[in-house]
Amino acid sequence: MSDAARSATEPGALAEWLRRSTWVDHILLAIRIGVAALVLVGLAGGLTAGTYSAADFASFALFGLTIGSIYALIALGYTMVYGILRMINFAHGDVMMVGSFAGLFAAGALNDVGIVSAWPLLALPLVLAAGMAAGALVSIAIERIAYRPFLHVRSLAPLICAIGMSFILQYAARGLFGTRNRAYPGFGWMEGTIGAFGLTIPIPQVVAFAAALIVLAGLLAVVKLSRLGKAMRAVAEDRDAAALVGIDVSAVIVATFAIGGAMAGVAGVLYALVFKQITVFMGFFLGVKGFAAAILGGIGNLGGALLGGLVLGLAEALGPALILEGYGLPAPYQLKDVIGYGMLVMILIFRPQGLLGERLAAKRA
Amino acid sequence: MSFNTVTSSFKVTRRRRAPLAEAARVGLIAGAALVAFALIGAYAAMDKRHVVEDLLTLSQIACGLMVFAAGYATARDGRSGPAAALLHGLVAGAVAGACLALLVWLTVSVNLRATLVAASPALARALSLGAPVASTQALAQLPVLGALLAGLGAAVGLLPPAGRHAMTTGLGVVLVAGLFRDVFASMLDNLPDFTGPEIELFGPSGLNPGAAPVLFAAGAAFSLLRRRLTRRAGVPRSGASRLGSALLVAGVLVLPLVTNDFVAQVAMLVALYMLMGMGLNIELGLAGLVDLGFVAFFAVGAYTVALMCSSGPLAVADVSFWLALPVAIVLAACAGLLFGLPVLRVRGDYLAMATLGLGEIIRVLVLSDALGPYLGGSQGIIEIRHPSLFGLELKSPASLYYLALALAAVVAFVSWRLQHAKIGRAWLAMREDEDVAQALGIDPVASKLLAYTIGAAFAGAAGAVFAALIGSVYPHSFQLLVSINVLAILVIGGLGSLPGVLVGAIVLIGLPELLREFGEFRYLFYGIALVAMMHVRAEGLWPAAHARENVQPENAHA
Repeated sequence: MSDAARSATEPGALAEWLRRSTWVDHILLAIRIGVAALVLVGLAGGLTAGTYSAADFASFALFGLTIGSIYALIALGYTMVYGILRMINFAHGDVMMVGSFAGLFAAGALNDVGIVSAWPLLALPLVLAAGMAAGALVSIAIERIAYRPFLHVRSLAPLICAIGMSFILQYAARGLFGTRNRAYPGFGWMEGTIGAFGLTIPIPQVVAFAAALIVLAGLLAVVKLSRLGKAMRAVAEDRDAAALVGIDVSAVIVATFAIGGAMAGVAGVLYALVFKQITVFMGFFLGVKGFAAAILGGIGNLGGALLGGLVLGLAEALGPALILEGYGLPAPYQLKDVIGYGMLVMILIFRPQGLLGERLAAKRA
Repeated sequence: MSFNTVTSSFKVTRRRRAPLAEAARVGLIAGAALVAFALIGAYAAMDKRHVVEDLLTLSQIACGLMVFAAGYATARDGRSGPAAALLHGLVAGAVAGACLALLVWLTVSVNLRATLVAASPALARALSLGAPVASTQALAQLPVLGALLAGLGAAVGLLPPAGRHAMTTGLGVVLVAGLFRDVFASMLDNLPDFTGPEIELFGPSGLNPGAAPVLFAAGAAFSLLRRRLTRRAGVPRSGASRLGSALLVAGVLVLPLVTNDFVAQVAMLVALYMLMGMGLNIELGLAGLVDLGFVAFFAVGAYTVALMCSSGPLAVADVSFWLALPVAIVLAACAGLLFGLPVLRVRGDYLAMATLGLGEIIRVLVLSDALGPYLGGSQGIIEIRHPSLFGLELKSPASLYYLALALAAVVAFVSWRLQHAKIGRAWLAMREDEDVAQALGIDPVASKLLAYTIGAAFAGAAGAVFAALIGSVYPHSFQLLVSINVLAILVIGGLGSLPGVLVGAIVLIGLPELLREFGEFRYLFYGIALVAMMHVRAEGLWPAAHARENVQPENAHA
């Protein structure tokens, strides 16, 4: 009945689509339908299997929001640099790792003089500041080495340089700090849990989430209200025109990298607060996740980075339990990354403008 | 892909400093490099390797070269007279040496080890060069040594071109002979009726002190002689490069026969990476597709052979390698087609990220328990049979090397023909400007897909040989690093250049394997090499013909 009604009302649209589309479009549509079916079947299976209680799901979701806010902080760096240069900073994930290590050493020093356990609320901002400073410095170095020399040409050179910088950072850190996992010191009362709504939430998760939101709000204020933010938006709009009206384009680009790096540094410290262990190789793949979050929210869009990060975090936290469990797979949490990377690939293919789809320069995408 | 498309008129200009300030700056950069070299642990690791027996270690030579280069660079600045240039070189060297001395002093007086694992007493001892640790003498000798070395560098930089070339050739000969002592010693061992010389030339780990000046003089004399001969005969450069290629090919063919099994094994790895490099060369070098998930196709090829040629419990068949090889290639090509279809509509940086994601998905899936019963999970698949040819089992590294080399030759021929066929020109056009290519009637999706599929097929062939060589496959062999290795090979060798793939594979795979002390820092070296190549020589060590034409339009194409 409904089929007949639809074919009666819009025969033109379907025929038009069939006429215009190529075989590639058909295959892409088939992939879309296939993925949707996979997700729906898994979801149905997962919901009916009843392996986890509602409280389990709630704590998964809270964890997802925590890791999602960290993804969002990383995503900000990608989004800001992309907005201005139309290029991806491939080494951004490793900036986060450097920030994390800087925070570790700051925390170690503060711990030695007893500040960490005595005044954890004073120690945390200090540690965050150390991470931010290190992240900003490394990010400026990346801009200096990998991007500035190639500003006026369009080529693969910045991408390849940034991949090189990523390796330099990882393996230099490996040589400097050693290969073993490093543990963050405990932050006094911040190590406990709180109970709310019948759930037990580790305090570091709450702290990380709140800190991420505060930093994000500060960044938004800078970009929307300050003079620098205005200059940034102008450079993002048109670099030549911005230079013409007297904006120091180099300085704005450096400031953008610095702010993005500082955000990554915050992300590194918060990640370490939640997960306790850090290694020199953790940055790269967290960077890829952050990039996925940036794309998911719509690259170049600051609010989108937040949304994308939270959505990606939730999907990774809930996905294995909700969808993969439905297929009865053993150890579904091993496949958490498949969901993250799968979302990245799907978004890039089907909706490169992201959820909050702003304009996307099709030339560069 | 072109390296000169201007996108914005906005340019960054560099301020030029006064020569003395510039010299101090170069010295500081060199000093920072020295300190970084020591702090990442490279100094201590390479200090164990003697290049010149009981006299010079690898790390001393590396540090010496850095300071030497600083002096050379200041002298080549060319803004001041010889005496001033020499003085600036001395200043740069002294500054660099002072940085290192400061590090030694800090290491001894402050405990840095909690943060920097390499800042150990052993480092301070090694850097004191035999003097009492961190004594005034030890601290003072570093700036003096630095100044002397950088002064030498500046002096060399001031020589006329012929002298400069002779000096660098002589140094290069000594370095190569000392670093690859094992290769040369085993070659001399294998020469019949020629048992004496290696005893005089080489000690147990490096050159003998007496042999080093002789080799240096020989190298310098050769350079001078060659320069004079080429000038008199007027031999064009292309003739020289043809002779170079012939020597390269001859060396590649006989290498494992005249050396030992270890070198053959390394050569085998180089050939394997050449196979993969040629695959990625089609994608990246010709069609301009940045593929960071390349390792997935390598994995497909390896797992296909593993499942088809193994006698282990997971095997689905136990057939000959020669039957499994085409299947592996076809399956890898199918995987390329399957991946390529959706992904190829995204461009540039996005494509890099999408393919990276796909490659990681494959690795995580293979590693997971869900596919464990079929692919062995982290345990992998073992007991893969070696291939056999005419009833002869190819088991030794040398024979497997020739197998990989033969396959590489076939692949090189195929990609050479493709490059000069219509589709090859279509790829080049698309790489330069996709929109213009499309306007000229090139179907971008179809030609990209073809590039991606062929590249995947080559990677599959490499994976098949890899499985046969190692005899077992594990998911850990298929990390992102493999894709990065191949990318680095292409960038170093020259994008779109077939001989460049060979050069890149030798430089990036062969050298770190042969220099074991160096192997630990190979990825750091890769990163530095990628950045440096983009800055200094974006077209690669052995650029493709068309890239060279762009640089020298007057050079007629042979």
